[in-house]
Amino acid sequence: MSELESDYKRWQDTTLKRTIERSPERRADFATESGIPVKALYTPLDVAGSDYRNDLGFPGEFPYTRGVYPSMYRGQLWTMRQYAGFGSAEETNQRFRYLLEQGSTGLSIAFDLPTQLGLDSDDPRAEGAVGRVGVAVDSLADMETIFEGIPLDRVSTSMTINATAPILLAMYIAVGERQGVAQQQLTGTTQNDILKEFIARGTYIFPPEPSLRLGLDIVEYCLREVPRWNTMNIAGYHIREAGADAVQELAFTLADAIAYIEQARARGLAVDDFAPRLSYSLGCFRDLFEEVAKFRAARRLFARIMKDRFGAKDPRSCLLRTFSGSCGSTLVSQQPLNNVVRITMHALMGALGGHQAIHTACWDEGYAIPSEEAATLALRTQQILAYESGVANTIDPLAGSYYVEYLTNEIETRAAAYLEKIDAMGGMLRAIESGYIDREIRESSIRYQRAIDSGETVIVGLNRYQAPASDDEQLELFQSDPAVEPRQKERVGALRARRDPGEVVAGLAALDAAIEGKLNLMPAVIRAVKAYATVGEISQVMRRHWGEYRAPVEL
Amino acid sequence: MGDKAIRVLLAKVGLDGHDRGIKTVVRYLKDAGMEVIFTGLRATPERVVDAACAEHVDVVGLSFLAGDHMVLAPRVIDGLKKRRADGVMVLMGGVILKRDVAALEQMGVKRVFPPGTPPANIVEFIKRNVTQPQ
Repeated sequence: MSELESDYKRWQDTTLKRTIERSPERRADFATESGIPVKALYTPLDVAGSDYRNDLGFPGEFPYTRGVYPSMYRGQLWTMRQYAGFGSAEETNQRFRYLLEQGSTGLSIAFDLPTQLGLDSDDPRAEGAVGRVGVAVDSLADMETIFEGIPLDRVSTSMTINATAPILLAMYIAVGERQGVAQQQLTGTTQNDILKEFIARGTYIFPPEPSLRLGLDIVEYCLREVPRWNTMNIAGYHIREAGADAVQELAFTLADAIAYIEQARARGLAVDDFAPRLSYSLGCFRDLFEEVAKFRAARRLFARIMKDRFGAKDPRSCLLRTFSGSCGSTLVSQQPLNNVVRITMHALMGALGGHQAIHTACWDEGYAIPSEEAATLALRTQQILAYESGVANTIDPLAGSYYVEYLTNEIETRAAAYLEKIDAMGGMLRAIESGYIDREIRESSIRYQRAIDSGETVIVGLNRYQAPASDDEQLELFQSDPAVEPRQKERVGALRARRDPGEVVAGLAALDAAIEGKLNLMPAVIRAVKAYATVGEISQVMRRHWGEYRAPVEL
Repeated sequence: MGDKAIRVLLAKVGLDGHDRGIKTVVRYLKDAGMEVIFTGLRATPERVVDAACAEHVDVVGLSFLAGDHMVLAPRVIDGLKKRRADGVMVLMGGVILKRDVAALEQMGVKRVFPPGTPPANIVEFIKRNVTQPQ
């Protein structure tokens, strides 16, 4: 037994024990939110198996535990990316210009549900949802309005779009072309992560196989034509929001990534050609150290998978470039201003976790589309953190904490065990189809709810320190404008009357032929959007071939 | 109250895919011995009304998190009335502002549960308020 080990035991059995006997600890067991047991104290004994050079290394070098870039935030701060987009294209354009003036360095578009699901604003199924959770885009005309006066070679744009991602990307390319910006110059991201739609977010249209084909069409097309585009943002964030714990979030995100990479390789693409353009997003939940450890473990595990499993040679293939999002499910409607503090914690987790872009939620988003004041405060939170706190002055500042290093190892081990299990099932697509992933997430979500019920998990304002019922009517909340839906319906109607019908028919027929001919669909989709074919019309051509997917209801 | 299990139809109406909350409610109601049918995502108001009548449920629970409740919930309520199924208790949950709650209750929604409601309260509410013929 080492001297340290015997010292530790002595401390535990004498000094600590005597204190606990006099005044017991606050609870019988301490654990992270993912259920990893937490001891009173961590020492070098807990990381005795680690090898600094192998497991941590240096920023910008394999296995990237300490950061994906050599100088990290000393060179360039993270991108402060706020999510906006509501109502009409004009309003979204105004909000974007405002955010750019305020120093925001990247745009992020939220689309309404009909746009995400391939329905035009005048489709009966879209009723009540037009312009509600994001901006309504029916055709290229709306996209042109959104980016009016915003040169696409000066901004990077992230689009939260999945099932209809090829259509929206095609529109972005067309807007660029009309501004004189070649597609080779465009920078930004399409979320384009359909697998997590089947397991977490529910915005899928087509069955899994053709959905994957569409996603991979973007990867393949951009590889040749839009080389600076981040083709997929593989999202753990939504998996977490659906109820997964930190370990599951990491494991299922990487399992999705593995599935995409295998599909791309099956198309004959070389891993080092496409992998550098995949990016990732992970959630910031409640447990500060667990989240930071998760981000560190994620970089290391991913780099090892890329190198060992996929034989990546280009270091850029091994970089887990991440966007961190504040988990809206941690926000509480009761005493809503408390959310400002929670969101500050999220931003801190993101910065200590070494993300390339950070999103901060708005404190009022549990009620409605955020107000301008709340959106500004969310951005200011990041600016205060970046410029006033010193958190960005050195790289990976929590490294070397016995606790954080222990958790990093533990999370990596546990996530790797999940990946082995999923491999044994035949891969992520099979694991999803069998209902396994859904069950795992649901069990975690129920466990979390039961811990809230029992008071074991404390949520301030909700199950402890409640105030008398707050009156949300007194808050200044942005209300979506009821006039948006009729206006947008009118617009799409007018567009159909205005455009050249021959071009539209020809564009849609070419798309039909491309689907039939198993071609990459991007060129045909670009042609169709330039003819002002609508999101609904283009999606309808695909529906005719593939049908709509209905998830099995299994409870 | 009879010995027969309370029958509940839970539905996601509209395009929104956030089903964590409603799936949690499914579990709690089942654990409390109720018979629960869940529509899955993207049910139409018409399908919910049809299912509620065909399955002779005591309760219909609707979950909304995308702000479309004032358009879609009335269609369920009116549909139930037209089918003379207005004895079915309609409950709602999700992100619904207080100013909408009064209007919904006026239309016949028995209770709107806000975010953060302990699921056990929903179980209790249903048990207390459903009266079944013997």
